[in-house]
Amino acid sequence: MNKKVVVTGIGATTPLGGDASSTWQALLAGESGISTLEYEWIARHELPVTFAGQAKVKAAEVLTLQETKRLDPSSQFALIAAREAWADAGITDFVPERLSVEFATGIGGVWTLLDAYDTLLEKGPRRVLPMTVPMLMPNGPAAAIGMDISARGGVRTSVSACASGTEAIANAITRLHSGEIDIVVAGGCEAAMHPLPMAAFASMHALSRRNDEPTKASRPYDINRDGFVMGEGAGALVLETEEHALARGAKIYAELAGGYVTSDAHHITAPDPEGTAAARAVIGALRMAGALPTDVGHINAHATSTPVGDIAEYTALKRVFGDHLKEIPLSATKSSTGHLLGGAGAIEAVFTVLALHHRTAPPTLNLDNPDPAIDLDVVVAPRTLGENVLAISNSFGFGGHNAVIAFRSYNQ
Amino acid sequence: MALSHDEVLAGLAEIVNEETGIDTDSVKMEKSFTNDLDIDSISMMTIVVNAEEKFSVKIPDEEVKNLLTVGDAVNFITSAQG
Repeated sequence: MNKKVVVTGIGATTPLGGDASSTWQALLAGESGISTLEYEWIARHELPVTFAGQAKVKAAEVLTLQETKRLDPSSQFALIAAREAWADAGITDFVPERLSVEFATGIGGVWTLLDAYDTLLEKGPRRVLPMTVPMLMPNGPAAAIGMDISARGGVRTSVSACASGTEAIANAITRLHSGEIDIVVAGGCEAAMHPLPMAAFASMHALSRRNDEPTKASRPYDINRDGFVMGEGAGALVLETEEHALARGAKIYAELAGGYVTSDAHHITAPDPEGTAAARAVIGALRMAGALPTDVGHINAHATSTPVGDIAEYTALKRVFGDHLKEIPLSATKSSTGHLLGGAGAIEAVFTVLALHHRTAPPTLNLDNPDPAIDLDVVVAPRTLGENVLAISNSFGFGGHNAVIAFRSYNQ
Repeated sequence: MALSHDEVLAGLAEIVNEETGIDTDSVKMEKSFTNDLDIDSISMMTIVVNAEEKFSVKIPDEEVKNLLTVGDAVNFITSAQG
């Protein structure tokens, strides 16, 4: 019998707020975190997309000057979210060798890399700063968190594009089940609001081009959806074995009941239209939770607002849930936050945990004309959930990555 | 226009402060970078790169190991300005 894993701390910095609670309040209020970008480089590069979900609170307002100079923006967001989650968990007594970090990024230190390249071209190799490598490496966020909280049980990074954040949380379960680790700080981050990634995502026509109505651009399941909206920030959970949490009298938000990862082996960017592997990820997470599809009472969908992605996820869900799907309140929170890429699964995990804890499914924005090919019970205004609910959160990424985690209400 | 010792010291103190958070008042001529200010090698290299930029001088890699104190660096930069 595996140890039960519980969530005892949450943290986030997102386009909706600088911490988990202000983000959650804004989400329930139906606010959009999407706005027009005022950076001069938007016009200079004539980018075809001029808006995104910018972090509501700048990292420089929270961190010290030295931290902002020594950490890539992605690591800065990661550190802010992880510190909040760690403080929220209130852990004062722990064994560093039994504390680990599982933190994700989709793209890594892209700002650092490209800034350093500009410096190289403009000023030569002597001006390239010595901290460039540790700042740009994709394990930078996990390493920064590990140093901050003295985690000596291993610090690992999941990199699976937009599935990364969920995969990191799924990976935490096996560490906690191993019996070697008591606590894992898990989550994901992204800071890719740089002209190059924006141009590249636009070039593949993955981004919405609704430049004149940014707050309406992220519209999962709407017939007029035209792509995702990039967001930045991070989310973090403190996960513990139940026995460790109970022994120290921790408050428990929810149980992390399951997590599972599969891969399509179909196409580097397009999801498998049959949704077979994505469905297997859902089933795998439910199996670990000891649950049946009919037990699921809430879904936080991947739902990026791309024409093909939303349909592919629906197909996969239909495969698993059949007629029961229509009875499950489903939230597509990227409609508010935009798509945080490697951070998406992490903030959506925070939302799923809070949905169970506060017994409220958050709303989905901009579903003005539902796509007739998608038959779901999409939550458009905050909706009360029951006391004992099993919820799943899905993430899928370029490369054919499918990651699903399952949370269960925990009533103390 | 070459800067005076005091001006170089003030500029160097700003660079050290930005990189390490050490108070500019603590960056005094007699202080050792490693023993007194606890500056690691990667921070030292960052300070060198930033000092080259700020004072428009070249500090060769083989010279950096001789810059043990703040005063060594200030003297080197002042004379390198020519």
